Parts: sequence; C-alpha cells; structure tokens
Amino acid sequence: MTGILAFVEQRDGALKRVSLETLTAARAIADLMQGSVTALVIGPPGVDTSSLGTYGADRVVVVADERLRLYQPGAYTAATAARVREEGPAAAVLSATALGKDLGPRLAARLGCALASDVTALAFEQGQITVTRPVYAGKALLRLRVTGRPSVITIRPNSVTPVERPRAAAVEQGSAMPAEGSVRTVAVKEPPGAKLDVAEASIIVSGGRGLKEPANFALIEELAAAIGGAAVGASRAVVDAGWRPHADQVGQTGKTVSPNLYIAVGISGAIQHVAGMRNAKVIVAINKDKDAPIFKIADYGIVGDLFEIVPRLTQEIKKLRAG
Amino acid sequence: MPLKIAVCIKRVPDTETRIKPGADGKSIDEAGVKFVLNPYDEFAVEEALRRREAAGGGEIVAVAVGPDAAQETIRTALAMGADRGVLLKTDARVVDSLAVARLLAEDLRPGGYDLLLFGKIAVDDSSHAIGPMVAELLGVPCVSAITALDLTESAGSAEREIEGGVEVVEFRLPAVLTVEKGLNQPRYPALKGIMAAKKKPLEVKPVELSGSGIEVLELALPPERRAGRIVGEGPDAVPALIAALRNEAKAL
Repeated sequence: MTGILAFVEQRDGALKRVSLETLTAARAIADLMQGSVTALVIGPPGVDTSSLGTYGADRVVVVADERLRLYQPGAYTAATAARVREEGPAAAVLSATALGKDLGPRLAARLGCALASDVTALAFEQGQITVTRPVYAGKALLRLRVTGRPSVITIRPNSVTPVERPRAAAVEQGSAMPAEGSVRTVAVKEPPGAKLDVAEASIIVSGGRGLKEPANFALIEELAAAIGGAAVGASRAVVDAGWRPHADQVGQTGKTVSPNLYIAVGISGAIQHVAGMRNAKVIVAINKDKDAPIFKIADYGIVGDLFEIVPRLTQEIKKLRAG
Repeated sequence: MPLKIAVCIKRVPDTETRIKPGADGKSIDEAGVKFVLNPYDEFAVEEALRRREAAGGGEIVAVAVGPDAAQETIRTALAMGADRGVLLKTDARVVDSLAVARLLAEDLRPGGYDLLLFGKIAVDDSSHAIGPMVAELLGVPCVSAITALDLTESAGSAEREIEGGVEVVEFRLPAVLTVEKGLNQPRYPALKGIMAAKKKPLEVKPVELSGSGIEVLELALPPERRAGRIVGEGPDAVPALIAALRNEAKAL
C-alpha cells in the first residue's frame, strides 16, 4: 500500500472526535502522495464506523473483541504493528491522546522505526513527509523530515479541523489478537459528570492566583458551563497550592493545549504558562494588572476586577445562549 | 522487598528559560541557559527513594544519556539519594527517541532491574516516548504517566490519567513506569546529601547513536502573535468583548 494507516480511537465503543482529525490529516497526506487511507479501529464489537468513509477512509479494518474495549497496551500494539507490516504504509498516524502517547512509542519501537510525537502540522515535500512539532512546551517549533519508512506520527488534538472527504470505505474484519498477559487495563474510573479534558477541549477557561482562594474557582466553572463544552484549566501556581488537580494544569509542566478559545482569568502569564497555551487560536485575558505579561499575547483583554467581570461575562453569555 | 531500581533522567533547560535558536538553526543557543534535572524525572527519583525507604533496602541507579555536563544532573539525583550513576555519554543533539531508547535498553538489559522509572515527558523535546520504547525493546510491561502506584513482591497496580478519567492497570515486575506530576512531592537535596553525592560512583560510558529515520530541518521560534487589544476596563467592557469574540474572532 502506498498511503497512510490511520489508527482510529474509540472510547467505550464510540469513536472519539479526535479520530476524525487524525483521519483528515491522513487523507491530506495520502492525497499528496497519491495513496490511500486505511482506518484501523480496535475495540469492542459494534463500534459505529459509518463516519470514517465520510472523513476520507478508503478502507476500514475493524479488530473487534470484547476484551479490547479498554486500551490493552500489548494487544493494541500487536494488532497495529501486524497491520502496518501487512499493508506497508508510508506512515501510521494516531492522535496524541493519553492512548496515542502510549501506543505511538510502543509501535515505533516494535517496528524499529522513527516516531514524530505530538505534531501540529504535516506536509509532503520532495517525496517525504515533513512534520512540525512544538518543543520546549511550545517555546519553539521543530521541523523534521521523516526519512524512514514506515514511521509513526502522533497528532496533537485540535490541530487539524475535520473535513468531509467521502470515500466508499469498505469495511473488513481484522483478526483479534489474544490479550498479552503481563500488563492489563482492568478498569476505567470516571468521576461522576466526567469532566472535559483541557487537552481535548476546543474552549478552555483557566484560572490563576488572582482568584485568591480555591472556592472562587466556582466563577470559572460557571463561566465554562455557560459557554457549554468548555474545559476548566489552571495555572501552575494554583495546582502547586493544591487548589486544583494537576490534570487541569496548563503550561510546561502541565498540558500544552491548542483550543479555539482560551480565556485566562487572574493569570499573570509566566513564561512556563504561556508556553502551554500560546497556540490557542484566540486568547482572552482578564486581569487587574494592565502590565501583566498575559496581555502581550492576548487578542482581547479586559483590565479590572475579575470578581466583577467574570460574573457579568457569564450572565451575558447565558443571555446570548437563551436568545 | 528490596528492589533494584533504575531511574532514567535527562538534563533539560529550566522551564523559566527563554529559548533562542542557535547559529545552526537546528538546535537551541545554550549560552546563558540554566540546565536542571527534568522536573518529571524528579518525581521518578522520588518514587524510587520512597520504595527503597519502605522496603528498608535496595539499590537505585540514575542513568542519563547526554553530554559531559549531564554528570551534574546525575549528581542532583545522587544528592536526592540515588546510590550511583551512569552517564551514556554523547555530544550528539538527539531528536530521535528510538536511538536514545536503544542505548538505554542496551545498558539496562543486563542490569537485573525490578523497576525502571522515567519521567513521563522531558520538558525539552516533549516526546513522552522513551519509557514505553525501552519497555518494548526489553519486552517488559509498561504503564505510562502514572499518578498512583501499589506494588507487591512480583506485581503492581498503577493508575494513569486519561481524558476525563483514570485507567487502572495491573502489571508484573520487572516493569517500566513513567511518572506524571501528582504521584508524589519530590524532596529537595539536603546539604548532607549534596556532600555525599560527590563521593558516590558515577560511571561514564561513551556511546554512539544510530538513527532510525528522522532528521531536523529547522528549529524556529513560533510566529509572534499579532498584537491584541484591551477592549476596556471593568465589567462594562464585557459587551465589547463578546461582540469582538462573535464578530471578529468567530470564537463564540
């Protein structure tokens, strides 16, 4: 096969939205190399794969087994590596999710091939794939040429906009691998009212030390809820102080994010924080200090007391949603 | 039960450092840059120390791939309490994770380690790859980005964060674990530890890197964000902000 193998991620039997981003990136590169796209789905029986053709898969290979409902590192690696060996794609692409960040390196090591992790752009130049990836948590961009074949490429969520590119997408069943026994995912614990993760959200409302105390994060949560589908993030200062879980931290020792909209509330804009969110498409800052560094990178700012501004913003957005 | 633990660590620029591309346009200008032990590796070292303390014994070896200056990074881990260090010395600027993983795996394979700990990511090249790769190369289980860990004599259970949840993963020893922030709170090296670290063994082994098919074209600063504007002061500026987000930015 000349083309791309797109690993398509499911969670509890439903395709993840990022999978359509992966597929869109795979389609774009495959078109440039005049190749085809095979989507590989590993999971429980009954995953609805009908959207995969819509977003550009020429073929869909489904490896279905109830024991593969949860991410089983050994079995997922074996099944994906087997498919790469069989089809000989130029590259295998995955989303750089929690799963992809684990599976991608395993796959590259098993295949003995190069890995480009967490890329934000792909291109095809002079017969080879080139990628751009943020390094130093976004303080610099590294452009790499992938010379080996195959290669493994993981794509940062939110860096590709899904585009419909309908294809016939014949579906085939792949053979399931026996679960490899030395490491086994036994459960997924989801907190009630499972939160949207900052790494995947298209809108993030983040709070910092300007909120003064942990209980005041309610203001941030209310704003995020009013917007709808927004995740709540936090600066390192408030995570280190124990106000928020580290899973919410945005920055160089937290998550590097690329949402459509990032609203920074009471965050001064330390270099390690900015590194993690400067790739947001639109940045809004609300801070009482007009000289705060966050205003240097914000598209829109409001100077003033967040305790007055944020409730007003929440109220206006609610009105807008109701209207 | 005393364990033999390897902790793989890396020398990286401090997170507060400003990054500037060097004259070659492919790597950073290191002039004036302060280097530290990768913050996630501190969690890995700390976890090793806690396991040794709980078991009342065991050995902790800090292993790094890097230039001579990485000896200083290894001394930091020794000052925290690791027993000895190994530097796989190369001056090559490495972008190829698999090349590094192969060097580590080769050195670690005959070591008879029960546990191989890594930070989940190095804050410089941000590949989150070396731990899982080493596990694959050694053929041992791996759990990445763990936030909780429970060990028995021959097996363990760890939690790793996934989007909006936590996976519970069981594994057998020996195993590779990569550590996420939140597993523990790393200690600062005490003066006594810093003094003791100077006398601990640190072996330097020259190594050669082999490529697996990736090369650097360019390291550049991200494009400057276009200048933004202050839409106003106080809550009365909110309608102007909403108008801008809806009409100009199309972000709401």
